[in-house]
Amino acid sequence: MHFISPVLWQFLVKWLSRLPLFPPEASSIAPYTDAFFFFLLLISIVGTGIVVLMVVSFSMLYRKEKNPEATQIEGSTLLEATWTIIPLALFMIAFVWGALLYFRIYNPPTNAMNIYIVGKQWMWKAEHPGGQHEINALHVPTGRPVQLTMISQDVFHSFSIPAFRVKREVIPGRYTTVWFEATQPGTYHLFCTQYCGTLHSQMIGEIVALTPDDYQKWTAGSTSGASLAQNGERLFASLGCASCHSGSPDAHGPSLAEVYGSKLQMANGSFVTVDDAFLRDTILNPTMHQVAGYAPIMPTYQGQVSEEGLISLVEYIKNLNSNYRVQQTLNTSQVQTVAPSAPATGQGVVKQ
Amino acid sequence: MSASTVLKLPPQETADLPKKSYLNSEYGLKSWLLTRDHKRIAILYLFSTVFFFTIGGTAAAFIRLNLLTPGGELMAADTYNKLFSIHGIIMVFFFLVPIAPAVLGNFLIPLMIGAKDVAFPRLNLLSWYLFVTGGACELYAIIWGGMDTGWTFTTPLSTHYVNTHVIGAALGIFIAGFSSILTGVNFIVTIHRLRAPGMTWFRLPLFIWSFYATSIIFVLATPVIAIALVLIMMERTIGIGVFDPARGGDPLLFQHLFWFYSHPAVYVMILPGMGVISEVVACFSRKRVFGYTAVAFSSVAIAVFSFFVWAHHMFIMGISNYSALVFSLMTMLVAVPSAIKIFNWSSTMYKGSITFDTPMLYTFSFIGLFTMGGMTGVMLGCLGMDIHLTETYFIVAHFHYVMVGGMVSAFMAGLHFWWPKMTGRMYPEALGRLAASVLFIGFNLTFFPQFILGYMGMPRRYHAYPPEFQVLNVLSTAGASILAVGYLLPMLYLTWSLKYGKVAGSNPWRATGLEWQIQSPPLTENFLETPVVDFEAYDFEWLANKEKNEVQSVG
Repeated sequence: MHFISPVLWQFLVKWLSRLPLFPPEASSIAPYTDAFFFFLLLISIVGTGIVVLMVVSFSMLYRKEKNPEATQIEGSTLLEATWTIIPLALFMIAFVWGALLYFRIYNPPTNAMNIYIVGKQWMWKAEHPGGQHEINALHVPTGRPVQLTMISQDVFHSFSIPAFRVKREVIPGRYTTVWFEATQPGTYHLFCTQYCGTLHSQMIGEIVALTPDDYQKWTAGSTSGASLAQNGERLFASLGCASCHSGSPDAHGPSLAEVYGSKLQMANGSFVTVDDAFLRDTILNPTMHQVAGYAPIMPTYQGQVSEEGLISLVEYIKNLNSNYRVQQTLNTSQVQTVAPSAPATGQGVVKQ
Repeated sequence: MSASTVLKLPPQETADLPKKSYLNSEYGLKSWLLTRDHKRIAILYLFSTVFFFTIGGTAAAFIRLNLLTPGGELMAADTYNKLFSIHGIIMVFFFLVPIAPAVLGNFLIPLMIGAKDVAFPRLNLLSWYLFVTGGACELYAIIWGGMDTGWTFTTPLSTHYVNTHVIGAALGIFIAGFSSILTGVNFIVTIHRLRAPGMTWFRLPLFIWSFYATSIIFVLATPVIAIALVLIMMERTIGIGVFDPARGGDPLLFQHLFWFYSHPAVYVMILPGMGVISEVVACFSRKRVFGYTAVAFSSVAIAVFSFFVWAHHMFIMGISNYSALVFSLMTMLVAVPSAIKIFNWSSTMYKGSITFDTPMLYTFSFIGLFTMGGMTGVMLGCLGMDIHLTETYFIVAHFHYVMVGGMVSAFMAGLHFWWPKMTGRMYPEALGRLAASVLFIGFNLTFFPQFILGYMGMPRRYHAYPPEFQVLNVLSTAGASILAVGYLLPMLYLTWSLKYGKVAGSNPWRATGLEWQIQSPPLTENFLETPVVDFEAYDFEWLANKEKNEVQSVG
C-alpha cells in the first residue's frame, strides 16, 4: 500500500501504532511485510464476508417458515468453476507476492555488515567483527544492512525480531543467515521463538537500533581489545593450523589466503565455493571436504573448538589476504606439526 | 420452537425404546470389553476419547490461568512446559485424531452403506485395545513426571537435552498409531467390499467419501511417524546418532519425518468434520448437497495434496529457497478444495427449507470458524508472511480455529445429530442451542485475541511474556472460561438425556441416510434384511414417498 500512497500508509501506520494492537515498524522490510499482510487481510475479510453473507441471507430468505418446500438443485458447473478459479487466482497472487517477499528477506545485499550470533540454552551471544561481545542484546546501526550469521551450540532456537518482521531458525551444526536494515532508532524485543527447554521464555533480549553516530560511540566504547579476526589468528596459531596452511609451496595443506569466496576443486572432481559454512565444516570434518591435490591428513577438530572459536577462525580466514603473517608466526613460535592433540589454550577453546 | 424444527418424534405418551437393540443385546462389562459390534466399539471409543479430552482440557485451563499474569507466577517454567506438552500430545494424538474416525466413523460407516458390521470386527476391537494401551502408556509418562518436549518432539531437544519421560510418551503415540492404521485399513476394505446392492460410489453419502479419504491418510502417513518416534527412542536409549549433528546426523531430518505425518494428520482432523457438515447441511436444508461430485472429489484431492505440503512447517529452518517455493505453491493448491467445499455447503442452503436445530447451529459455527482458520492458513502458507507469523501466537490461533473451531464444532454437530440414533433419545433442544452459542462466543473470545498477539510477535510456548501483551492474554483466558462452559454443558445434558430425553423414534430428523431407516438404537445386526439401494444420496423426494407409503400401509 505504501507504493500506492505513502501519505495514506503513514497515516495508517501511525494510527495503528497508537493502538497497542500493532507492532512497531522499525526495519526497511517491515512496510513490505505489512503491505502484504493488509492485502491478505483484505482477501480474507472479503472471502469470509461472502461466506457469512451467503449463510445469513439464505438463513433469512429460505428458513422453513418462509420457504416450507425446498427446491432441489443438482449443482452448477459454472458456479463450481467460478469458486475454483477465483480463489485459485487470488492464492496464486498471494503465492507470488509471498515468494518475492521471502527472497527479499532471506537474500542479503552484498554490502551488509556481518555479525555472528551463537544461541545456547538459554541465551543469545552476539560477536561483532570488532571484537565486541554481547549477551542477550544486539546493537545495530540504522540505515545500514546488517547480516546475522547464526548457529546454535545445542538445540534448535529461533531468532525473532517482531519489530523488524524477520525471524530465522538457529540450528546446531550449520550456519543460517538473516538480514535487516533498521530504520527507526529504539529498543525492540528479541525473542527465541523455537521451544528450546525449561527457560525458553527467558531466552529474550533487546535489539538496540542506534543512529550511525551513536553506533560509532557504542563500538568504540565497548571493544574488548582484540577484534574477532585477531582472536581467530591467535587460535589459528595455537591450534597449529599454520604449520600446514603456511602457504609455502611444500606445505601439507592448501594456502588459505584469499580462499574465501573462491572456487575450489575437490578431490572428487566437484567444485565448491568457499563460504562460512564450508570453512566451519572443513575444520570439523576435514575428510569430507578433501581439496584436490592434497593428502587427507588433516585431523578433525570436532569437540576441540567451541562455536565462538569457530566463528573467530572463520572470520580470520575470511580476512586473510596474504600468508606473510602466517609464516612470521610459524618462524617465531616453532610450533610442532602435531599440535592439534596438545591441550591448546586461548579464547574459545574447550578445555578438556 | 416446534415451528422452526424438522423434528418428528413419536407420540411421547405411548412411545418406548425398541425392546431389543445393540445396547441391551448383552449385559455386563465382559460383553462390552469383548464385543465385536462396531457400534459398541464406537461407544468404547467415545468414553476413552472424552476421558483424554478432559485431561487435555484441564491442562489447557492451567495454561490459560498461568498466562493471566505476564510473570507466569502461578507455576514454575518446567511445570508450564509439561502442561503444554501434555495438552498438545493428548489433544492431537488421543483426542482429535481418533475422535471422529473412531467414534462417528465406527458407528456410522456400516450403517450408512447398509452393512452388518465393518469388514474386520476383531481387528476393530484390537485397534481399540491398542488405543487404550497407547493411552495407558501416555498416562504412565504423565503421572510419573510428564514430558516437556512439546507435541512436536523437536530434536535434538527431545533426544539429548530434556530429562523427562520422552520414551514413555513416544511409545504411547507409537502404539496408538497402530490403532489408526488398523482403523484405516478396516474402513477402506469396508467401503470397498461391504456396500449394499445398488449403493454405487456416487450414491454414497459424502460422509463416506471424506472418511475414505481420511482412512487413506491413516494408512499411508501413520507409519512415518511410527518410524520417527522409534528413531527418537533409539537415539535416547542407545544413541544411534541419526539426529545428532555431532555424529554427522541431521536434526532437520526429524522435522521432515515428523511433518510428513503431522501435516496429513491435520487433514485427518478436519476431513471427517467435513463429512459430518455435508450430512447436517443437507438434512436441515432439506436439499441434496450442492455439487455432490465436486464435494466428493475435493475430499480426495485434499487427501492427495496433503502429502506434498509438509515442508511449509519449515520455511524458516533453512530449507532451500526453491523447495520452499514448491511447498508454498502446493499449500496454495490444497486450500482450493477447502474453499470449494465451503461455497458448496453455503449454496446448499440456497432455496432450501432451513431449520435451526442444534446440529445446524454447530454447522454455522464450523463454516465461520473453519473459513477464518483456512484463510489464516493461506497467510501462513505465503512464504514471506510465514517468516513473521510462524512460531508465534498467530499460528496457535490458526490451528485452534481449524482443529477446535472446525473439527470440534463438526464433531459436536455430528454427536447431536446422531445422538438419537446412538441412544434412542433426544437431547434437550433449548440447552443444545444455548451450548452451541456459548461455544461459538467463548471460542472467538479465546482465540481471536491470539491472532493479534501473534502479529505483535508474542512467541508460542512462553511461560512468561512482556507486560504489554497482558490485556489480550486476559481476554483470551476469560474466553477460555466461557469455552469451558460450552464443553461442560453438553457433557451434562447429554448424560441427563440418556435417561430422561424424549424417545426419538427411528428418524427424528427425517433424514435420508440408510442409518435413519432402521430403529434407534439399532439392532446388533443393523439390518434385518440387506437393503437394496435404488435412490441417490440426499433424495428427499424418495423419503417423502416412503413416509407416505408407510402411513398408508400402517393406516
